[in-house]
Amino acid sequence: MPYLSPLLAKSAEIAPLWFVERVARTIFTGVLKGHPDLFDRLGDYRQTRYCFSPSDLSLHFRIVPATRMLSVFRGEPPLADARIDGPLALLLGLLEGRCDADALFFSRDLSVTGDMEAMLALRNALDDSAIDLPRELGALAGPFSPLVSGAARHIRARALGGRGAAWN
Amino acid sequence: MELICPAGTPAAFREAIEAGADAIYCGFRDETNARNFPGLNFSREELRQSIALARRKGVQTFVALNTFMRAGDEALWYSAADDAVTIGADALIIADFGLMAYVAERYPEQRLHVSVQASASNPDAIRFLVEAFGAKRVVLPRVLTVQDIARLTRQIDCEVEVFAFGGLCVMAEGRCSLSSYATGKSPNMNGVCSPASHVRYREEAGALVSELGAYTINRFGPGEASGYPTLCKGRFDVGGTEGYAFEDPVSLDVIDEIDALKAAGVCALKIEGRQRGKAYVAEVVSSLKKALRASPTERTALVSRLRAMSEGQRTTSGAYDKRWR
Repeated sequence: MPYLSPLLAKSAEIAPLWFVERVARTIFTGVLKGHPDLFDRLGDYRQTRYCFSPSDLSLHFRIVPATRMLSVFRGEPPLADARIDGPLALLLGLLEGRCDADALFFSRDLSVTGDMEAMLALRNALDDSAIDLPRELGALAGPFSPLVSGAARHIRARALGGRGAAWN
Repeated sequence: MELICPAGTPAAFREAIEAGADAIYCGFRDETNARNFPGLNFSREELRQSIALARRKGVQTFVALNTFMRAGDEALWYSAADDAVTIGADALIIADFGLMAYVAERYPEQRLHVSVQASASNPDAIRFLVEAFGAKRVVLPRVLTVQDIARLTRQIDCEVEVFAFGGLCVMAEGRCSLSSYATGKSPNMNGVCSPASHVRYREEAGALVSELGAYTINRFGPGEASGYPTLCKGRFDVGGTEGYAFEDPVSLDVIDEIDALKAAGVCALKIEGRQRGKAYVAEVVSSLKKALRASPTERTALVSRLRAMSEGQRTTSGAYDKRWR
């Protein structure tokens, strides 16, 4: 099972919500800016409220692609049109298209509820978008870009283990 | 034998090329193909660029136009065929006889493959399609044994392609009405089997309950591998006994039958899965490519790791090696 390092998990748990939200929003905005093709594949579902609930954290991330809105919640999941639950490492693997969503659904590593058309549209849009989170993070880090990208790649490799190794 | 690989997006298309596909099949973003899911498939421009890339790499592109035309809306299918020919598709995969006639009359040089959705499974049907429309290849339904296929190929004058790995449709393809019965939409007319708009999942005390329209399809216990929410793989109470009435949630894998299929006259093996992600395409195509080059004893090990990515995390040789109950 892919895992989040205890240090990272603990940091996310104790960090102030506004701080987590600011970091996540910066990444989210950067991804949307760098991948406008996402909107094309999402079609009408860009208005959907998607909720990502990492099962190894008590946080929930709700996004609305059309309005570039991202909100972070602690505790109970917020209202959303479609929701996906799973270990954070796998959710990030899906974001990058490094894991196959159907395979994770069959193995029960992921669960999905709500509007399944919207969820499929998002899955397919992300899968085609060639998002590389370490690269996106590096781009936001200015002069520390190589350091941040390298660290993020190391964390990703450890978190995903063998998963996604075939794709690059 | 050729390896025919699926691609639902340009990214998956590129992965299939890199993984060793001999040909890639894909469709437009509309109901002209049987994988008409939200966010999936190709715009005309995406397909043009993908075909150009494939040509440079020596890979062929087949365009699936394999749903049945709706009376009064034939123009949608005709324009898709026109565009696929103009863009440079190496073959069109077609199920509807009317569309086959249109392509045969307008583009006599265009290579035409009979889709599995045409359900052409006997010598008379296939000979008719070859003679009437110049079909060069038939994709056989997944309901024949290897012996059936061997008998068939001896009696027809066209290439034969069969499914080797991936989703297993156990019905008379192109004729199945189970999805229509539950949702009003079908792969045959709308390009969607068990459309996502009619699917709901919910958790009940650790169990995963899947519903399609007004029907509960399955209840997977805690930790039990799950499957797609299709009626043909639903678990029902039949005559007081709970079980799978048609087929278990399971995927097709006939890698152990490759040599027998080759001897039977099959020229191409198809991988199902245009709805799957690029990670799946890369993994399955590269594994099957290695398996085709490997010795029979090595093949099973090469492909066995794909089981974890399969529906129900199990595979079967299906009807190819059918032992009737």
